[in-house]
Amino acid sequence: MSVELDVFVGNTTIMDKEVYQLWLNGYTVNDAVKVRIEGGIMEECEASAEVLLSDTMDQYRTFQMCERLLHHPAKLANQLLFQIPPDRQAMLIERYYAFDDAFVREVLGKKLSKGTKKDLDDVSAKTGIMLKSCRRQFDNFKRVFKVVEELKGPLVENIRQHFLLPDQLARDYAAIVFFANNRFETGKKKLQYLTFHDFAFCAGQLINHWTVGAVDNMMDDMDVDLDKEFLQDLKDLKILITDKDLLDQHKSLVCTALRGKTNVFNEMEANFKNLSRSLVNIAAKLINAKDVRDFFIDLVEKFIEPCRSDKWTSIDVNLYLIHYTNSVHILDTFKHHGVWNRYMGVIKSCILRMYHE
Amino acid sequence: MPGKLKVKIVAGRHLPVMDRASDLTDAFVDVKFGNTTFKTDVYPKSLNPQWNSEWFKFEVDDEDLQDEPLQITVLDHDTYSANDAIGKVYIDIDPLLCSEAATVISGWLPIYDTIHGIRGEINVLVKVDFFNDLNRFRQSSCGVKFFCTTSIPRCYRAVMVHGFVEELVVNEDPEYQWIDRIRTPRASNEARQRLIFLMSGELQRKIGLKVLEMGGNAVVGYLQCFDLEGESGLVVRAIGTACTLEKISTLTSASATHPSNSSPSKDMKEPVFGEEAPGIPLSSGPPTPLRVQTFSSFSPSKSYSRQSSSSDTELSLTPKTGMGSGGSAGKEAGPLKALLRQQTQSALEQREYPFFTLTSFPPGFLLHVGGVVSARSVKLLDRIHNPDEPETRDAWWEEIRQEIKSHAKALGCHAVLGYSESTSICEEVCILSASGTAAILGSRFVQDGPLDTDYRFEEVAPPGCGFCHIPYDELNIPFPAQLTYCYYCRRFKVPDVLFTTIDLPTEANVTGKGCLIQARLCRTKKKAQGEGNATAISNLLPFLEYELHTQLMNKLKLRGMNSLFGLRIQISVGETMLLGLASATGVYLTALPSPGRIQIAGKTPSDITYEQHISNMQKKINDTIAKNKELYEVNPPEVVEEMIGSPIPEPRQRSRLLRSHSESSDEVTELDLSHGKKDAFVLEIDDTDAVEDIHALLTDSPMPPGFYSCNTEIMPGIQNWTSAIQMFTSVRVFRLNNANLTNQGLNKIFSDLCENLLKSLYFKLRSMIPCCLCHLNFTVAVPEDELIQVAVTAVAMSFYKDQTLENGRQSGDKTLIKAITENDEQLQFNLELNAESSSSNPLSSTKGLSDVSGSHPSARAPPVDYSSFADRCSSWIEQLRLKAHTIRRGSVKTTSSLEKASPLPEGRSRSLQSNRSYSGSSVTVVKMTPLSFIPGAKITKYLGIINMFFIRETSSLREEGGVSGFLHTFIAEVFAMVRAHVAALGGNALVSYSMKECVFMENPNKNQAQSLINVSGDAVIFVRESELEATSVQPQSAATRETSNGGDGT
Repeated sequence: MSVELDVFVGNTTIMDKEVYQLWLNGYTVNDAVKVRIEGGIMEECEASAEVLLSDTMDQYRTFQMCERLLHHPAKLANQLLFQIPPDRQAMLIERYYAFDDAFVREVLGKKLSKGTKKDLDDVSAKTGIMLKSCRRQFDNFKRVFKVVEELKGPLVENIRQHFLLPDQLARDYAAIVFFANNRFETGKKKLQYLTFHDFAFCAGQLINHWTVGAVDNMMDDMDVDLDKEFLQDLKDLKILITDKDLLDQHKSLVCTALRGKTNVFNEMEANFKNLSRSLVNIAAKLINAKDVRDFFIDLVEKFIEPCRSDKWTSIDVNLYLIHYTNSVHILDTFKHHGVWNRYMGVIKSCILRMYHE
Repeated sequence: MPGKLKVKIVAGRHLPVMDRASDLTDAFVDVKFGNTTFKTDVYPKSLNPQWNSEWFKFEVDDEDLQDEPLQITVLDHDTYSANDAIGKVYIDIDPLLCSEAATVISGWLPIYDTIHGIRGEINVLVKVDFFNDLNRFRQSSCGVKFFCTTSIPRCYRAVMVHGFVEELVVNEDPEYQWIDRIRTPRASNEARQRLIFLMSGELQRKIGLKVLEMGGNAVVGYLQCFDLEGESGLVVRAIGTACTLEKISTLTSASATHPSNSSPSKDMKEPVFGEEAPGIPLSSGPPTPLRVQTFSSFSPSKSYSRQSSSSDTELSLTPKTGMGSGGSAGKEAGPLKALLRQQTQSALEQREYPFFTLTSFPPGFLLHVGGVVSARSVKLLDRIHNPDEPETRDAWWEEIRQEIKSHAKALGCHAVLGYSESTSICEEVCILSASGTAAILGSRFVQDGPLDTDYRFEEVAPPGCGFCHIPYDELNIPFPAQLTYCYYCRRFKVPDVLFTTIDLPTEANVTGKGCLIQARLCRTKKKAQGEGNATAISNLLPFLEYELHTQLMNKLKLRGMNSLFGLRIQISVGETMLLGLASATGVYLTALPSPGRIQIAGKTPSDITYEQHISNMQKKINDTIAKNKELYEVNPPEVVEEMIGSPIPEPRQRSRLLRSHSESSDEVTELDLSHGKKDAFVLEIDDTDAVEDIHALLTDSPMPPGFYSCNTEIMPGIQNWTSAIQMFTSVRVFRLNNANLTNQGLNKIFSDLCENLLKSLYFKLRSMIPCCLCHLNFTVAVPEDELIQVAVTAVAMSFYKDQTLENGRQSGDKTLIKAITENDEQLQFNLELNAESSSSNPLSSTKGLSDVSGSHPSARAPPVDYSSFADRCSSWIEQLRLKAHTIRRGSVKTTSSLEKASPLPEGRSRSLQSNRSYSGSSVTVVKMTPLSFIPGAKITKYLGIINMFFIRETSSLREEGGVSGFLHTFIAEVFAMVRAHVAALGGNALVSYSMKECVFMENPNKNQAQSLINVSGDAVIFVRESELEATSVQPQSAATRETSNGGDGT
């Protein structure tokens, strides 16, 4: 004796948020039922395990039917098959496109290719996130990437419009797309301490200041790529380290400003040339795609780690970078103030964000 | 004179990819009506084609207009091979043929394919230029309005209820024609769909002709069914009630009462008690000066205070002083009444069948209810040889109807209400069933000739109990029943229980709440063929019915109730079993005696453990009754002191009984004594059937807190609905793997299946608590040998919690406002108000009104004589009516759309709407409900009937998610298509929705499944009462146009 068929269809589609989350997390129907039972819903609603199973199956089926619409959220609003109130639609979309920080950290900056998808079982094992959920998240990244790649105009806005995502989520996706496009290295051991939100913040900085769209959003080009011209110009900054006078002058200006304001003044003074060289070298190399990938690892290795080993506080770093940036403008022979500011503004905020004491 | 049908194909969207190479589609559209076909251009390489075609014009007979559906086929152009069909849209243009319904069909409609389901949408515009035909010999009946609603539709008034109309059309089923062997499943399905569309069009036209013949202009309670008889053919049959309806115009409606007092969105807290307040004119004729005078004589509240002090017995015998035109009521009405009844009777007897498919009625229509009458017959199907002469089927039904008629007569009744017919087919055996409620009707609506206002008060009995009074001769009772004097008016005899198929009359006096009561039964039968099979089934039927009846009775008593409404008994036949499912809503009618207890008795007294066992059972049952009484608030009002001398002394004893019920079993003897002459319902436990009965009684699990359920339109005791409604359909198929089951085992399985289904529903809908599942409609079927299929359609409606506790004073403010806008219901209003607050209140502002009622203490707490309320408050009613009048004057048709759902009034706004949908911005929200109303909203326009039939088939069942996935998708698709068609007509809701057929067949081995669904309902425009309120100040041009529309019927 068995229930052969069991369906429930409402004129307004009924969706349980909790079950939706379990479905998104990749639970099987039976596991989801277990979780719900543990949650105490049976006592609360006087329901039996049988009822829960039937309900869970039904909801899962509904979600599966909705899934193809969720791939194109704009369709959800004018499809006729399911009558879903707008607030519910927004919830469905938002949760469908939500991702786990642990997961995104693993694939951030990787090529969103079939190869990467094949490795998802490793990611799943490492993060403890179910493979099904990993696949959904990965496919979401890829889908957003594919759609946005071709579009003109501001990246965040494009994502928000095409996928009807809330602002913060759209920004996060922009970061993911940006990282995937530029293939930034984020997986190295030395970078492990950085969270997704650290990277997302940096991506935001880069998108807002270093892309073509940042300067001129009328441009046909998109937000996804760095401004080649700017990268070219960055090479001019080399003068700051190649011109011995300029370097010394710069150092003395910074040291004068910093003296007595920090506990690590001696270390700052001693390391000035090294640090300055590192930052300018990073800038100069960015024209090569390969070095762009290493941008974050370079920042950590060449700047953040030395400072940290000298026990700088964030305040120290901030102070140092402020003066380091500003002093350049006093240098008579230096001509590239615009490029310098555009470069250092981003570098400063990235470093500060990435500098965990 | 022919009509001209005009069609414009605007655009498509979300089309499927038909060309794998380009991932695109080259779509064009084929528009076909009758034998004429037009084509659009091919719109190349797009999934969102913009055809923007010219207007395709079809010049056709109005007969064809009624019969034929407009068929739109979307195809993919292919240069080298045949064009591939993407899908079809069938459009029923009937709503456009009636001047009062829709004027244009415009919107996005899903493109449907029987194999692939919905494949994108198409935007079309359809109009009809129709020239009304004056030819007396015409075959068309354009202009006759059809309603699925089984009461007088909201914005109409019944001038005349003509009576029963029926028609039947037969044809060969394309699925069983020889050609089916060589054509594709798709072609076969489409042939079937089209045929059924055609047949239902024809059926509707023929019924319309009958209505015109009778002099009516509408069919209410239109019920159309299909009998898929397999080899022997396809029968489409319909029944309905012919009426002459008149649109209630905005201006006159304030003084004339709404004919349907069934309107359940009434906002009073209790059903109406007491005398028909004289202020409410029963007649629906045009307002006369006399009526106005009647009104004005009410304002001095003097006469009421006098009346309200009198007992109800006196009341009904005293000619009413303030009655104006109706003053002749009372004792003098006796002979008159008899005469009138005779007249009515003869008027009805002239008709072939005095049947009415309505389930709720205008006031004054229903006088007395006799009880349920039903008839069944088992027939052997044979091939219909000549489709043009469906005599056999006609004769079958005629037989059954005659039987029903004679049953009704035996009950002393001249009419049958809430009449319905159904069939169950298994192989070549067919069970035809018909049932209804025998009743005596008032003369007003059924008699021709001018209405004489003097007869208005012919019925002396108060409406709150009048319908319970027996219509048959006391000395000549057609069946064993215990009669007592009415517990309400104490003057007429009432039966101890009352079963009916109609809805609870709104004016009925009810104690507590109602609840769904189901009797379920499963009986095995031997496999047999032909005649033998038919005989076996007919032999089983009476037992089945008897047992169902017993079960119903037991369950009713277990809930401490004394009447059933909306009773529907479905018997379904399979090869090896018969299923019986009876559903009804149990109610405690104040007028009827309290039900007797259920007592268990062992036949042969034996040892102590056995006695113990019995007393345990007894205690369990008593506890359940007590619990149920509490749950449903069944506390019959105590009878006032002066009543002691009356012939029925039970109430006091009863109260004692109640108390002792919960105590231990050693009081049983004493209980028995106190029970006196009350019939204790004795179940003898020696009887194995009884054990089973008891088992069945106690296995019904209680509803979770916050839930109520009923299968009628409204739940007695709950009125304060929120606007949250959720219509749903749930289907379950259960496989019995064990072939050798006993009756008992089967019963349990079947009962559990239904119970579990209900439990699942409660769980699913838990977010709507406090909530009531209304119009719970169960359908059972035996699709295959070992399968049982149960389908449920219902609507879950939330209500305001406070109301469940104490009549919802807290929300009084809101409800009052509602009530005022819906002035049709002032009648029911009175209870909110009491004598103290009545005459002096200013009618200046709604706020003032609500304040008063808000401060008014609960009407429920003391055991008051409710009947006087009505009179005390009638001056109030008048105030409210005035109020309503002012609001009504410029109301009803409003555009304001707080939610996108509210549709624009047609005409000027239609174009707006089509623009809106054209741009594809958002989808109109369409509510669906099996009820005839939308809570908290006013239906402003009926757009026409929706009657759709779909077939879906798959040969990749697993890939589509198995049987559940397949059916889930299909039902969702059907809902979507219904919603889209309602929206295209300009509506925002479908009321009186029903899924009349849901056939599901599978063949998992072949990975195949097929399903057929037939749905129907009335497309309407509703406006939220809050919006009405907000916009009612400025008069709208639409409203006046509405008025002018009102007159032209046919």
